Amino acid sequence: MNATAPTASRLSPLNQRRLANFKANRRGFWSLWIFLILFVLSIFAELIANDRPVLVRYNGEFYVPIARSYPETVFGGEFETEADYRDPFVAEQIDAKGWILWPPVRFSYRTVNRNLTVPAPAPPSAENWLGTDDQGRDVLARLIYGFRISVLFGLILCVVSSIVGVIAGAVQGYFGGWVDLLFQRFLEIWSGLPELYLLIILASIITPSFGILLGLLLLFSWTGLVGVVRAEFLRARNFDYVRAAKALGAGDTVIMFRHVLPNAMVATLTFMPFILSGSVVALTSLDFLGFGLPAGSASLGELLNQGKSNLHAPWLGITSFFILAIMLSLLVFIGEAVRDAFDPRKIFR
Amino acid sequence: MADDPLLRVRDLSVTFSTGKDTVFTAVDKVSFELHKGETLALVGESGSGKSVTALSVLQLLPYPLAQHPKGSSITFEGKELVGASEDELRKIRGNRIAMVFQEPMTSLNPLHTIERQIGEVLTIHKGMGGDEARKRIVELLNLVGLDEQAENRLDAYPHQLSGGQRQRVMIAMALANDPAILIADEPTTAVDVTIQAQLLKLLRGLQEKLGMAMLFITHDLGVVRKLAHRVCVMQKGKIVETGPVNKVFDNPQHEYTRHLLEAEPKGKPVDPPADAKKLIEAKGVRVWFPIKGGVFRRTQGYVKAVDGIDFELKEGHTLGVVGESGSGKTTLGLALLRLEAARGQILFNGKEIQDLSQGDLRPLRREMQIVFQDPYGSLSPRLSVGEIIGEGLKIHKIGKTDEEREKLIIEALEEVRLDPDTRHRYPHEFSGGQRQRIAIARALVLKPKFLVLDEPTSALDMSVQAQIVDLLRELQQRHRLAYLFISHDLRVVRALADQVMVLKDGKIVERGPASTIFDAPSQPYTKALMAAAFELEAVENGDVRT
Repeated sequence: MNATAPTASRLSPLNQRRLANFKANRRGFWSLWIFLILFVLSIFAELIANDRPVLVRYNGEFYVPIARSYPETVFGGEFETEADYRDPFVAEQIDAKGWILWPPVRFSYRTVNRNLTVPAPAPPSAENWLGTDDQGRDVLARLIYGFRISVLFGLILCVVSSIVGVIAGAVQGYFGGWVDLLFQRFLEIWSGLPELYLLIILASIITPSFGILLGLLLLFSWTGLVGVVRAEFLRARNFDYVRAAKALGAGDTVIMFRHVLPNAMVATLTFMPFILSGSVVALTSLDFLGFGLPAGSASLGELLNQGKSNLHAPWLGITSFFILAIMLSLLVFIGEAVRDAFDPRKIFR
Repeated sequence: MADDPLLRVRDLSVTFSTGKDTVFTAVDKVSFELHKGETLALVGESGSGKSVTALSVLQLLPYPLAQHPKGSSITFEGKELVGASEDELRKIRGNRIAMVFQEPMTSLNPLHTIERQIGEVLTIHKGMGGDEARKRIVELLNLVGLDEQAENRLDAYPHQLSGGQRQRVMIAMALANDPAILIADEPTTAVDVTIQAQLLKLLRGLQEKLGMAMLFITHDLGVVRKLAHRVCVMQKGKIVETGPVNKVFDNPQHEYTRHLLEAEPKGKPVDPPADAKKLIEAKGVRVWFPIKGGVFRRTQGYVKAVDGIDFELKEGHTLGVVGESGSGKTTLGLALLRLEAARGQILFNGKEIQDLSQGDLRPLRREMQIVFQDPYGSLSPRLSVGEIIGEGLKIHKIGKTDEEREKLIIEALEEVRLDPDTRHRYPHEFSGGQRQRIAIARALVLKPKFLVLDEPTSALDMSVQAQIVDLLRELQQRHRLAYLFISHDLRVVRALADQVMVLKDGKIVERGPASTIFDAPSQPYTKALMAAAFELEAVENGDVRT
């Protein structure tokens, strides 16, 4: 085996061409980087926006309040409760015998700023860079946490519903006949259900949490890919290489996932970014309507709702509008680049 | 000839951009002339640039992906076509220069009737419509030999016609406006030999009658000899030899032309071993596809694809199965391997395999394998060659360790004369002939006893066909393999089979030792097949389809 063989040749010329096509779409390529940077940053939200310091030096010892909770007594306070580092008393105590390393934003998504000089919602200031919402919580902190929860939710929903959808489409397309016929009728009925009403009704019976919402939305979002994958499988099951695999004695599962699926993935991958942005919007709109994540969670939809009800505080509406617009535009641009990458007729110019 | 040529191509080059800065030169400084009433053949193997040359005459290439570098010139009746405006080109396309394509099914719009398809050309270029157009369409259909109830044919849709009839409709469309030049791009490649013979006869007759010039593109030298006046031999985008057909064929100057002329599958089938024992036996095999209709989709009748076939095959022997498309050859092959549900008895090594479940059948799959016609479709494009060949080993748990399996894969690749290092590469990096070798290696690695070869050579170039046939013969001798060789190409069958079975409509028309069938066919259908295959002559005795 020559030295370059294993890694370099794994990426077939076709995929190299796709990668080149993707990169050739500058807008999509940069969107991907910006999105990745924002996403990775938001994953470490606790280190960027938090009401607990990252590191405390007190009496010659190190404390990590961000990971562990210490009672106030540790820092010379009087109460056995957890130390509130934003309390001027605690801060003075620590400053006297050491130092505090704060994250760039000294608020968590649920920290209420009690030192506001104006009634909440407070406009942007040196302390609250993007102002506060009507409960005195820092908008920037809520934005960072909200972005993370939206993207994570969208990613998980997108991946899980794609997996379910691909499997359902694969089974239908591969076996065809009665399986296909019955499944198609079921899908028609299922997708005819009024999704939003069901969600609203269910949300009023059970308290929605991240997991429950994910499950509820998954019930309806998995159908998106079924049609595409089914069509690809219907087409591919008559190909000679599938027949050849049957002649070798390969089982149905092996044929479906080893031979047919890799060839059906192009359509799936092209759809992915759009499904992702759809999932993000789904959560945001539920939050906006008040049927989403439990009260108090950081959510872009809730911020948007606050913007609507506090028109005299434009920083709420503007912030939430921009972050949603930027995030969705980035996803759509990435999606366009992915579509270009898989387009065999794309011409380099 | 003293008069000015109708079409003059000078230093024509075509490049395709394949990446940001890379270009692929498909045609490289090609020059030729076409005179009135002349047939010029462009011959070459696939990838030699002959179709691209033809398409650039009508400027039908995917511009701007394709480019003509400076100096390329195509003049038709003194007018320059390279870089001509769309308006000008539209006046020429389908009007003065018409084209017939290879695949008649995809060249016709499936949603339009024949009348509408042909009428469209008349309306666009002549502004004809209504009764006038209808009269002309009937006239054209008569001209191309679709005369039996041509009036009824007008309302037919493409799918209601056979391949040969569709190609006749294509020719009628091309002739609608009395073109000066007819470009035929492999018009007979997708049809059976018998239909090929009929179409060639038709084209030759039409050309003489209408006095048009014809640019005929083909890879089949037999067709060239039958049809063309002059020939240009193309290799890798260049014309390597040109001249009158007789001269080029009788006294080829260029090495490549000689290579092409010698490339026909030759040789005789090997003498089968005398002590061979019976390997597979079929008794009354039938495959009937139900035709469903009515509200409740009840079975109303059957398409009898294979209708009661008996035969037996000993190890080391080759049974050639010949017949036109639709005669049930492939279905029979699939049925023998239980890849298609069939009735009747199939005995493999004396054991009935019809009633076995898929699980019980699996151990037997090792012993009977299949090689398909299209080497581009029969290899999974996302698996490496090693994975493709090794799959069977995994399924049948041959070889205990990965190293042992790897060794078997290397052996199989060496056996089909491929470099073992190719096992890390992917199918798209290989040519058609190499892919077919990979497909053969995939079957061979299991050490089968019985191999169904479903037209393994018909998608390949002539010279590659000969190599594959030699390889198959050698493998048979070494491993005492039994072949069921399915083909409509009698030249290949003659080179490989020691027994022949002629099928028509799922039934056996004639069978016997290969020598008897080829030298003294007794049935008119067999005779017509032979004439079409070996002399490219159409025999119209009502036994072959049109």
